[in-house]
Amino acid sequence: MTAAVDKIAAADPTAPVVVGRRRRSRGLVRGLLPPLLVGIGGLALWELTVKVGRVAPFILPAPSAIWEQFWLSRSVIWQTGLATGANALVGLIAGAVVGILAAMAASRFRLLGEASIPVAAALNALPIIALAPILNNMFDSTSSIPRRVVVSIVVFFPVFINTLRGLREVNPTHRELMDSYAASGWTFTRLVRLPGALPFVFTGLRQASSLAVIAAVVAEYFGGLQDGLGSRITSAASNTAYPRAWAFVVGACVLGLVFYAVSLGLERLATPWRRSR
Amino acid sequence: MTAVDLSGVGKVFNAGRADQVVALTGVDLTVESGQFVSLIGPSGCGKSTLLRLVADLIRPTTGTLTVAGKPARKARLDQEYGIAFQQAGLFEWRTVLRNVELPLELRGTGRRERKRRAEEMLELVGLSDFAAHYPAQLSGGMQQRVAIARALAVHPPLLLMDEPFGALDEMTRERLQDELLRICAQTGTSTIFVTHSIPEAVYLSDRVVVMSARPGRITDVIEIDLGPRSEATRQSAGFFAGITKVRRALRGSPAPASAEVPA
Repeated sequence: MTAAVDKIAAADPTAPVVVGRRRRSRGLVRGLLPPLLVGIGGLALWELTVKVGRVAPFILPAPSAIWEQFWLSRSVIWQTGLATGANALVGLIAGAVVGILAAMAASRFRLLGEASIPVAAALNALPIIALAPILNNMFDSTSSIPRRVVVSIVVFFPVFINTLRGLREVNPTHRELMDSYAASGWTFTRLVRLPGALPFVFTGLRQASSLAVIAAVVAEYFGGLQDGLGSRITSAASNTAYPRAWAFVVGACVLGLVFYAVSLGLERLATPWRRSR
Repeated sequence: MTAVDLSGVGKVFNAGRADQVVALTGVDLTVESGQFVSLIGPSGCGKSTLLRLVADLIRPTTGTLTVAGKPARKARLDQEYGIAFQQAGLFEWRTVLRNVELPLELRGTGRRERKRRAEEMLELVGLSDFAAHYPAQLSGGMQQRVAIARALAVHPPLLLMDEPFGALDEMTRERLQDELLRICAQTGTSTIFVTHSIPEAVYLSDRVVVMSARPGRITDVIEIDLGPRSEATRQSAGFFAGITKVRRALRGSPAPASAEVPA
């Protein structure tokens, strides 16, 4: 029996070869090296342009000046970054949960699905950040809720649309097969629809994770509780401390990357079958 | 004991509308237990429709249909058949083993028993070493073998196959044909097998059911008696005679003109 197996596997030219650990890590180095080189090169060019071209710091400060400010303000950046990060995270989770539940409802009830897409599109066309001042007036000035609500509205759309698409795309063979097993309703949703939609959900979450940080930062520009990165960017800029303003922008950028990387990591964990192809 | 019995079965899609299609009309067919029956015919002759009727994935417009002595619906609910399609249709988020376990899981079979049966089925199709792989890591032929293992997992008395080897290359195809015959003989399963290929139908079958289109109907049933199959069978005179018989039946010498008249 085993001999027959080996013969079949050996004779099968399309049978894929499992990639070894070493080859994968070498691929990682090869994948990281070019962007790293481009990044360093870009920074050097930037520094050189500012220094040689005597560019005024209010137009563009040199990377070295930004770094200096970043290092000096590191504890403030950390504190405000935590506050913004908490807002982004709470908003992201709330918006994603609502988005996924709404997509499940929209895929389950046809009428709701047809009605919900234009509504969601209208919601997306709305300049949601512009809601921030209105929301700020609705709550206490010490409340974090307005910023979190803004984040969750921003997050809702990509999660909803992607999840809905995933839930709707059911392989017709899978449908017939489940019919032949007399499996329908919740069993079908649990065994076919939801796992099939998972990659789509994560595509939405990945888009939403960066948006969440952007929304959490920008929402602070319009007042409300001033304990996050956004408030420090505006106050540094209004005090003409441009390198410091840029240092907080860098902090926001790092926070956005962390969110993106974590959602990417979760995606890998949750969809192991896609990693192995 | 009859595995499948159809009498006067017809199927009309979109009945009463402008796009009404008579997919099948007046089909009488009996498949004896343990028999291998192929359905062959041009596109649109209703062979896939016929298979789906037996599987109770669609309902007949006229006629009666029993599977394992029960109404088709009851047979489906009792998982009296296993089914495989042209596309393997594996669930890409489940490992090979868990794909094969799925029909058992839906039947409420216990975890340990499920695993034992699935492993047994994988051994039957020669894929024991790939139990922990994901479908995307397998070639098309291997995926199709997993689909067959899955169809057989509940030990169904009947196996329904809709061009399962249609998308495979010739060499893989012939190997899987031999494997399928061995499995059917080993398990005593009756089989209805839809195909486009004349040699495939002749090689596999005890009976080849020849169908014709517009409206879809059975035009001929050809008995094949080649004894136990082997590599030599593919070169034998009897095999070629069978192919010629089926080909002639497909050309439909008796009523080619009337077949062209729109229904």
